[in-house]
Amino acid sequence: MKFSENWLRTWANPDLASDELSHLLTMAGLEVEALENVAPEFNSVVVAEVLSVEKHPDADRLNVCQVNVGEAAPLTIVCGAANVQAGIKVPCARIGAVLPNDFRIKQAKVRGMDSFGMLCSSKELGITEESDGLWILPEDAPAGSSLRDYLDLDDKLITLKLTPNRSDCSGIAGIAREVSALTGCAIDPVPVAEIPAALSDKITIRIEDSSACPLYCGRLIKGVNAQAMTPAWMRRRLERSGLRTINAIVDITNYVMMELGQPMHAFDADRLSGGISVRRAANGEKLTLLNEQTVVLDEQVLVIADDSQALALAGIMGGLGSGVELSTRNVFLEAAFFNPDSIAGRARRFGLATDSSFRFERGVDFAATRRCLERATQLLVEICGGTVCEASEIREGDLPAREPIALRVSRVARVLGIALETEKIAGLLKRLQLEFTSQGDDAFSVTPPSFRYDISIEADLIEEVARLYGYEHIPALPPMAELTMLPDNEGERPLSGIRQRLVLRDYQEIVSLAFSDEGTERDLCGNRDPVALQNPIASNLSTMRSSLIGGLLSALRFNLNRRQPRVRLFETGACFAKSGDKYVQTQRISGIAYGSRLQEQWGESATQVDFFDVKADVEALFAPASLSFAAASHPALHPGRSAEIFLDGKSAGWMGELHPNWQGDMPEACIWFEVELDPLMRTRVPRFAEIAKSLPVRRDLAVLVDDQIATQELIDAMNDASAPYVHEIALFDLYRGNGVPQGKKSLAFRVSLQDTQKTLNDAEIEQSIAKLVNALNRKGAQLRV
Amino acid sequence: MDELQQILDQALAQFSSINDEDQLEQVKAKYLGREGSLTALLKGLGKLSADERPKAGARINQVKQSMETALQERRDELNRAKMEARLSAESLDVTLPGRGMGSGGLHPVTLTLERIEKLFHSLGFATTSGPEIEHDFYNFTALNIPENHPARAMHDTFYIDPAHVLRTHTSPVQVHYMEEHKPPLKIISAGRVYRVDSDATHSPMFHQVEGLWVDEEVSFANLKGVVQDFLQRFFEQDDLKVRFRPSFFPFTEPSAEMDMSWRGGWLEIGGCGMVHPNVLKHVNIDSEKYLGFAFGLGVERLAMLRYGVNDLRQFFESDLRFLRQFN
Repeated sequence: MKFSENWLRTWANPDLASDELSHLLTMAGLEVEALENVAPEFNSVVVAEVLSVEKHPDADRLNVCQVNVGEAAPLTIVCGAANVQAGIKVPCARIGAVLPNDFRIKQAKVRGMDSFGMLCSSKELGITEESDGLWILPEDAPAGSSLRDYLDLDDKLITLKLTPNRSDCSGIAGIAREVSALTGCAIDPVPVAEIPAALSDKITIRIEDSSACPLYCGRLIKGVNAQAMTPAWMRRRLERSGLRTINAIVDITNYVMMELGQPMHAFDADRLSGGISVRRAANGEKLTLLNEQTVVLDEQVLVIADDSQALALAGIMGGLGSGVELSTRNVFLEAAFFNPDSIAGRARRFGLATDSSFRFERGVDFAATRRCLERATQLLVEICGGTVCEASEIREGDLPAREPIALRVSRVARVLGIALETEKIAGLLKRLQLEFTSQGDDAFSVTPPSFRYDISIEADLIEEVARLYGYEHIPALPPMAELTMLPDNEGERPLSGIRQRLVLRDYQEIVSLAFSDEGTERDLCGNRDPVALQNPIASNLSTMRSSLIGGLLSALRFNLNRRQPRVRLFETGACFAKSGDKYVQTQRISGIAYGSRLQEQWGESATQVDFFDVKADVEALFAPASLSFAAASHPALHPGRSAEIFLDGKSAGWMGELHPNWQGDMPEACIWFEVELDPLMRTRVPRFAEIAKSLPVRRDLAVLVDDQIATQELIDAMNDASAPYVHEIALFDLYRGNGVPQGKKSLAFRVSLQDTQKTLNDAEIEQSIAKLVNALNRKGAQLRV
Repeated sequence: MDELQQILDQALAQFSSINDEDQLEQVKAKYLGREGSLTALLKGLGKLSADERPKAGARINQVKQSMETALQERRDELNRAKMEARLSAESLDVTLPGRGMGSGGLHPVTLTLERIEKLFHSLGFATTSGPEIEHDFYNFTALNIPENHPARAMHDTFYIDPAHVLRTHTSPVQVHYMEEHKPPLKIISAGRVYRVDSDATHSPMFHQVEGLWVDEEVSFANLKGVVQDFLQRFFEQDDLKVRFRPSFFPFTEPSAEMDMSWRGGWLEIGGCGMVHPNVLKHVNIDSEKYLGFAFGLGVERLAMLRYGVNDLRQFFESDLRFLRQFN
């Protein structure tokens, strides 16, 4: 909501400077987004009439002008503008004037001719960015008058960021009411009298949906001059409200909307066929709007129609075929009340957002509808002439209810945390023009006014009281509450600790946008049915990610392109998938490692990070839980170097080397992992177990086995062999080559045996080892001797 | 007894001239070994008369002790020298860089979130979370934003299907939590939120922190107190000024916008207010008995102010040169 400060001050003129007024509004919830001067500072610029123009004797492009600035003697001014000619009115900066950018006008000789001032373009006065030639003023501009006064340039533009609840401030009248409530200053409303009708001609009005439109006022005005000029003051106020001027009649309806907050519409009465009806559109009914957009309607949409067709989207926009034009002779003016519910969301369905829909969907003062019709009539007759016919005021159905609301003084104190006296609250209600009666010492019964749609319960009134009292006057108090400790689940690892583990293993956290696209989802994640957005911001952000890999890979490439040779990144976040008609949102943690295993350094040879480096990171992440890894293929990964990760037999994630197809021009392999956060966050509360009194015994088992056999298989076989006393089995050597037949590998396991109570004897040890060897043999592994 | 003194002098001289442990032990044997000269003298005591024997014995023992003391001292000296030689040979250039793995770091948004959570934990706020694909009902309706409400248009919502949206704020978490828990309750919830908006100062995904306190006696003054306390602790600035301006959120009444003083002006930090009775009604909390306040803070905004970051987009570019500044 943008408007001229001077206009507002004709209604309510508190003794406050512009910035004070704007601070006051902001602190009352009408945030002033911008306060701008209409024109920059300049002085001594007057309206001048060019009397004569003669060529400069010594310069082709210069003219010597005689200029009337309202004084007895004209001034001689040398002017270089191409559009100068006798008879025009232009701004003239007199000697001593200071223009924007500290441009000072002095008496000067221009190519030998004395010049006593400067004729100005709008650019030179800082009004516009560009200009071609002198600023030509209206013919009736009075020569000699100050340009600032003549054009009301000592004005400021106030832009309010109106919240949706304050539709009452979408007109000058409403803002003035607010200013008066805040400052106590008087309101000087524009007088509106009922216009006596000279004719009784009427157009029949039929309301078919009285809940959507309980009130419709209309009137014919005959024989208007639609070609009349919109007066300069009105044009100026409209322009300063950000509205384009169109023709006098449309301008008048817009003006009333800006002034009183009531959107109006003017029909060309001669283009109507029969009467006016307010009805739901028929399904499939078409209407071409003023903006030449043709919309297909349905019964959700309210229209204004004549006997043959829909004429306008009620409360949103008029139609192309029925509006006023310069040739219009007879006008039908409409001022109606549409219920917010019947307008809300409709404009948006057609991609529209109009000044009218803005107001109606938030709520318009239904008590002012008729007054607005009179105000428009009055302006129309003043400007365009014409004969006023009798007004119709059709009221059917119910206007919005304004039920009394109980406001308890004690509740105000509880909600706000400060005790306000009953009289204080009464005073605030009065300033807000809220009708109320006292109900004992502790309560009021308040009836909200027709212009307030945001007051329907006690909390709304408490907000009004607080707002007017001033939020800044409510103290900031620490709360009083019973002290209780927060529960702390030791069996759950906090996410911060999990992140810290990766940080300590040299990973840098990133946050990427959670979007993806169909191609990435299909090819990189194997997800053919991604969660898609209906209104994506860009095609590469059109779905939700099902994995964090996409974000990590693009971050990797981003950094490689910036010559980072070693990149280790991780991210945590939700991943999305469909499951029937449900959406599954899984929190994951994922990392990527690229480049040398360690930062290049003096004490270690530079080796590239590989599968097993990252596997150790994943294992460390889950420790003390132990994971198992099974070779499995994933569309993003090298099929021989990828594994599915299992915890307690359940899949917990994936890891592996990026498939060469995806590696592209990256010179080194890249290792990625991704696991679900949920199992990772679950841990156990430690439980003491008896410490063995005897020392552990170590036995090494070296076996030869087919290369195809996974090491885990042998370990699992040994674990399942129910060999007593075994408390740890670890692989400590892997060898292929000399001494080992082709297609085989040599594996060496360290077996620790221990009993908590006694020292093991050889027989017990051998018995246990024999079970392990048996288990290995069953897997085709032969003990090396 | 001159002979004895001579032996002692000779032994001491030899001990101190020897620089090798083994040699020292060989020389020791010359005097104190089975065939050693002092041993021989001791053995010769038997030949002396009973009168002479004790005196001569004492004298020999005295010499033997002196010799052993000197020997031990020399051994210690040699050991010390040996250790010194070893230590000096083993000395390192301690200025060489440490070996092995470096360490990474957390994203500034995470740093900020964890700090916010820590501060609110100290006041007894529990942490909770909610889904990012949210049912329309939770994102809007349950928060008193019915269909067609103009506030919906202000949210620039990403739609998944007609009934599901990417949550536009963290406020739906309030509803989920209140459905499951009875007051008094005090929670904080941080997470990603989404809006159809992308330019220099807007990202289609960003982070919010939502706070909610519902109890029998919590007031707007308390809301001001908690938020002001938080901002002063967060920025470690006791005199930080915080301003509350009337505003509008369908799910709070009264509602306020929070500003903090910054470089001579005011900067919007988030929105807050007293929980709207309709929101409490949706979750069957008696709004006569209980009051509540809620607030929402923009995490990136706080991170930018705290760390001096000048461009929102940098948070999501994953540039290591940016990220490492926060390690």
